[in-house]
Amino acid sequence: MADTGPKAGPGMAGTAEIIGRTQRLVFFLSRMWAWAFLALMIVFFVVTVPIASNGSVHFLTIRNSQNILVAITPVLLLGLGQTFVIIGKGIDLSVGWVMSLASVLSALAARAVFDAGMPLFVSVAAALLAALAGSALVGLLNGVIIAKLKVPAFIVTLGSSFIVRGIALLMSENTTVIGLPPGIRDYGNDALFYYIRGEESGLYFFRRPEVSGELLRRMDAILPYPVVFTAIIVALAAFVLRKTQFGRHTYAIGGSLDAALRTGIPVDRLIISLYVLSASTAGIAGFLSTLRFAAGSAVIGDPLLLSSIAAVIIGGVSLFGGAGTVIGTVIGALIIAVLTTGLVMLNVAAFWQFIVIGTVVIIAVLIDQSRDLLVGRDRPGSGS
Amino acid sequence: MEPLLSIRRLTKRFGGLVAVRDVSWDVYPGEVVALLGDNGAGKSTLIKCISGVHNADEGELFFEGKPAQFARPIDARNHGIETIYQDLALANNLDVSANIFLGREVKLSYLGGLIRMLDEVHMLREARDALRSLEIHFPNLTRPIESLSGGQRQAVAIARAVYWDAKLVIMDEPTNNLGVPEQQKVLELIRRLRDSGVPVILITHTLPDVFAVADRLMVMHRGRKVTEKKISETSTPELVQYMVGALDDTR
Repeated sequence: MADTGPKAGPGMAGTAEIIGRTQRLVFFLSRMWAWAFLALMIVFFVVTVPIASNGSVHFLTIRNSQNILVAITPVLLLGLGQTFVIIGKGIDLSVGWVMSLASVLSALAARAVFDAGMPLFVSVAAALLAALAGSALVGLLNGVIIAKLKVPAFIVTLGSSFIVRGIALLMSENTTVIGLPPGIRDYGNDALFYYIRGEESGLYFFRRPEVSGELLRRMDAILPYPVVFTAIIVALAAFVLRKTQFGRHTYAIGGSLDAALRTGIPVDRLIISLYVLSASTAGIAGFLSTLRFAAGSAVIGDPLLLSSIAAVIIGGVSLFGGAGTVIGTVIGALIIAVLTTGLVMLNVAAFWQFIVIGTVVIIAVLIDQSRDLLVGRDRPGSGS
Repeated sequence: MEPLLSIRRLTKRFGGLVAVRDVSWDVYPGEVVALLGDNGAGKSTLIKCISGVHNADEGELFFEGKPAQFARPIDARNHGIETIYQDLALANNLDVSANIFLGREVKLSYLGGLIRMLDEVHMLREARDALRSLEIHFPNLTRPIESLSGGQRQAVAIARAVYWDAKLVIMDEPTNNLGVPEQQKVLELIRRLRDSGVPVILITHTLPDVFAVADRLMVMHRGRKVTEKKISETSTPELVQYMVGALDDTR
């Protein structure tokens, strides 16, 4: 160490170097497997979907790619906050119902503000504020109980998910919140670009062309606003996790809570922030779903919880804490969406999706563990 | 020469148990002093009174000639007393420079402080310099330290203490769980620390380490200081006698 570099002892250099190389290779492969798997799946569906439909349907079309992007936004948003929480060695089981609560709250707020005579964009802003305030409050309570009262995150967020479920159903009066301002749907469905296939100068920016019939059938919406909005949040999250002190400390508490405490990291405050962040991204997911369907739903979020955790795990975030990336979670969410869409287009019974996704999750964890084994994360005396 | 650290008649009780009884001790600049004793002799309690984990019930502490009373570990660290415990307080999933700057990251500010991002280039350069000043050479500073050996991690912890201007380093059993070549390197690092003017208090069971690296030593038995000697004036059999309580200079 001190003088002679990494060598373990005389004559050990060769072996150490080979182990080092193997480790690096395993590391590289285990990092990249999700990308490779995604690429492989896309190729698979690009080949098989036309065959199964006798050439009438293709997988990699503009419309289908946009559908996949729209489909992953809620799962991805739930997964983003979860990525931070799990890297910090926690878990947030409440995000599904928090998304539902946010959807109901934002629908109620949008309706109330619009009915009070305010313009549409004000009611959309009110919807966003209501969604964020409600969800952040849940996150704050989760975080405080976990950090200050030292109750395990699993228990706290399990409990709060039931509480939030009850509140969401009560506030929605167990029905879909409708009667939202007309036009709110545009915010949730319009796109940056429109393209009409086969039309000269068929590209439109920022406005939906007034077309119908055959032209409407040939029109694709490219980059719908919820996708753009989510992409911005993804970029922000990646920056925060990778480039800021907050992100660095999140990795630190996941890697060694003890080291974080002793080096003076404000651990409690950090943990509370993580749950506020996680609830907030769920809140944004709820807000976007309200815009998209022009309705608030108290049951929209819960089915997405497990998919979002699956996306995080497939993306390489370690449930043991301390490892993972935002881009990994994006890949994980894409894998789930591509699998689901592709299998539907192959006319495979929907139940098979669950079997395939479940298998992929378990494989992902196996790869994660084999990496730990090979680099010796759990060897005795490693100090964690 | 003025002592860097002076302990005067320090006593620490836990309920009815007297863990440290009336200990006075000086540590001088540029020396390695070993703190010896059997399990339960009071070594750890004494150290924790110095590093701010415990507050002494009686007695005084002087650091750099001034009365010092550290209520919390962070106070001791701010005064330049770095304690390296056996688990090293490193995050194994982070790289060397992230660990050296853990909790004290250097940031770049943009837009009047609205955006603050880690200055990784600066931290990596400083980490490299800190390691070089201790003649520690790692091939790669940007990989998680879980791939480092126990001795290399020990070196990271020492480099961190030195980088943050430690005036006194306390090390708790630093050669435990290390292979023999690694032990030698850690001891070499302790010597280098001393030669750069930073005194080291070495808590250990391992008598060969004491003779290899320490200038002086102090032995505790049942909470009391039973002897204080120069290395050249003692031997392993004699030290064992002190540690088991068969010899006692205060009687």
